Amino acid sequence: MITIKNLHASIEGKPILKGLNLTVNAGEVHAIMGPNGAGKSTLASILAGREEYEITAGEIDFDGEDLLDLSVEERAREGLFLAFQYPVEIPGVSNVNFLRTAINEIREHKGEKAMSAKEFMALVRDKSALVELDSKLASRSVNEGFSGGEKKRNEIFQMAMLNPKLAILDETDSGLDIDALRIVANGVNQLKTDQNATIIITHYQRLLDYIIPDFVHVLYDGRIVKTAGKELALELEEKGYDWIKENKVN
Amino acid sequence: MANYTEDELAEELKNQEYKFGFVSDIDTDTIPIGLNEDIVRLISSKKEEPEWLLDYRLNALELWSTMNEPSWAHVKYKKPDFQAIAYYSAPKQTKKYESWDDVDPEMKATMTKLGISMEEQQRLTGVAVDFVMDSVSVATSFKEKLGELGIIFCSFSEAVQNHPELVKKYMGTVIPTQDNYYAALNAAVFTDGSFCYIPKGVRCPMELSTYFRINAGGTGQFERTLVIADEGSYVSYLEGCTAPQRDENQLHAAVVELIALENAEIKYSTVQNWYPGDKNGLGGIFNFVTKRGICEKNAKISWTQVETGSAVTWKYPSCILKGDNSVGEFYSVAVTNNYQQADTGTKMIHLGKNTTSTIISKGISAGKSQNSYRGLVQIHKNAHNARNFSQCDSLLMSSECGAHTFPYIECKNSSAKIEHEATTSKIGEDQLFYCKQRGISEEKAIGLIVNGYCKEVLNQLPMEFAVEAQKLLTISLEGSVG
Ligand SMILES: Nc1ncnc2c1ncn2[C@@H]1O[C@H](COP(=O)(O)OP(=O)(O)OP(=O)(O)O)[C@@H](O)[C@H]1O
Ligand SMILES: [Mg+2]
Repeated sequence: MITIKNLHASIEGKPILKGLNLTVNAGEVHAIMGPNGAGKSTLASILAGREEYEITAGEIDFDGEDLLDLSVEERAREGLFLAFQYPVEIPGVSNVNFLRTAINEIREHKGEKAMSAKEFMALVRDKSALVELDSKLASRSVNEGFSGGEKKRNEIFQMAMLNPKLAILDETDSGLDIDALRIVANGVNQLKTDQNATIIITHYQRLLDYIIPDFVHVLYDGRIVKTAGKELALELEEKGYDWIKENKVN
Repeated sequence: MANYTEDELAEELKNQEYKFGFVSDIDTDTIPIGLNEDIVRLISSKKEEPEWLLDYRLNALELWSTMNEPSWAHVKYKKPDFQAIAYYSAPKQTKKYESWDDVDPEMKATMTKLGISMEEQQRLTGVAVDFVMDSVSVATSFKEKLGELGIIFCSFSEAVQNHPELVKKYMGTVIPTQDNYYAALNAAVFTDGSFCYIPKGVRCPMELSTYFRINAGGTGQFERTLVIADEGSYVSYLEGCTAPQRDENQLHAAVVELIALENAEIKYSTVQNWYPGDKNGLGGIFNFVTKRGICEKNAKISWTQVETGSAVTWKYPSCILKGDNSVGEFYSVAVTNNYQQADTGTKMIHLGKNTTSTIISKGISAGKSQNSYRGLVQIHKNAHNARNFSQCDSLLMSSECGAHTFPYIECKNSSAKIEHEATTSKIGEDQLFYCKQRGISEEKAIGLIVNGYCKEVLNQLPMEFAVEAQKLLTISLEGSVG
């Protein structure tokens, strides 16, 4: 699905990613963990196409296409979805209007007909039930006045509506209470097929109790320095990152 | 308006340039350029006006010639040469239109291009329309139906002929001739406009709508609108404006007077889309308009405007809250792009007790444009318990544009409560990125964000107008983030 090779990126001349390699196949769930400031959100932003970052080396293949050649919206229309660490508020624009616009842009890109209002509302009902999103939130302005947890849940609702090929969840679990965590995880699990893939960025092994990853990676100082199965998350929870940092120095 | 999606909007945006820039090939009767007593007499005689109105005009001309063009507004432009304008241009008509069938086919085609085919309007939306082209009112629909309720809705000229007592009683009572330079000019040379009277206790069952159109080159448009809502009545009035694309600057100096008698309510909505000039600031309409309403006891006047057009706009729809408990509202969206300049806002004059006013102004500036809000809240000595709430927000789309806020408060009564909030923000890169990450193009994203930003104002507009306004906002801001 996505293959990242030797990715180097910097912002304002400061190198953040320093030779990152990662391959994610369809049907897989990958977790990326790592200390604050390691470059996790940077990676997510670069995949989504944020322009502030300068790619100094490396390549990214997304389903046979050069991802770095695509604009932000083309990537999204090709099925790349980012659940933001800090979702943005858009006052006065209702969630449903926002999503209907997005869905129809994606459909147009694929040469499909626009979704009818009826079909769309049925989808809203369906997917808001999946993430147990209050139907009032669906009609309110995008994230405006939402609590931190509601914003995160809204990201997963949007993901469910847009049904992406590759979803990147940047710390979607932080700020969620225990029940919400379970609901969101449940939503992600239900959306999982052998055609799509998920990258979960998280600090807590807790989420991985609900969403079982196929691989856990440690991102440290701009590189993936360790990859293992889900047991790695438990080990990190127990020991922290110091042992990895030391390993790396050696 | 909730049903209108960005997709439908995009469909209609395919034709994104100023689409009202066409010129219709209609025979016009245009008088020689210049302004003097003879011209004023000529206009008056062409309109077969009574003596008192000619005197009114001549008096105005005399006052005007002693006045100076105001220079306090935050706008720069080359002063028009008032002697180089033709003050009267009318589509040539052999006879008065008795019915829609009599209207010149070319004229009908023009209206259809403007989206106001009357047949359709009559069938579908139930909006009564008065169409004013180059100074003369061409056709008014639904006259009979309104007539049954005693509502008078006609061109200003017809009102002068058929209801002189009403015109004489109210004309110039809210905006006296000497009020300002452009109002005086208008009083001298106005050619037509709309007139509306709603009798006591009548709720006008449909939106009344006037479309103003400047067609002929080298002319100015000076129309007058007078709306009188008698005691306990209600009317919602819409005004739309377009003009052809021309290299010259054309002058539009209108006067709108609203009179809301006891317990009456007037809602006045404008979507102003005069030609704004090209990307380099060439051409466009100079829009110098005086609009004011007076509220008697328990009356309410609500101004809503969406201003996307004109090269220079100078306009302050205002309310005189004379009666106790009267209410004034001003909802405004003003968009400027390229080299457009707007200096617009409102005046709320609180004279009566328990009077309240609300001002919501949203300025959006793009390109190299200048956008100013100028507002006055004046609380007089006897206006006990007056309340005002003002909110002025500015949204910047580029780094070369300017947004300015000039709020003036004059308060002579200590029981008044006045609140003022102001914000300035730059269109969020984060918001744009968020939209794009969901697959939405930049143009659509801007449309969404800007329309969301203006929602409080757009919600005040009647449905058909709200849709029109959303489209206009998006068109006006195409490719403007930078
Ligand atoms: N716009 C920017 N300007 C300068 N430095 C930046 C900018 N954005 C990110 N950085 C730096 O890049 C590094 C990586 O940041 P990033 O947000 O990717 O970390 P992270 O792994 O997501 O951390 P966290 O766990 O705290 O979310 C940090 O040192 C950060 O300060
Ligand atoms: Mg982060």
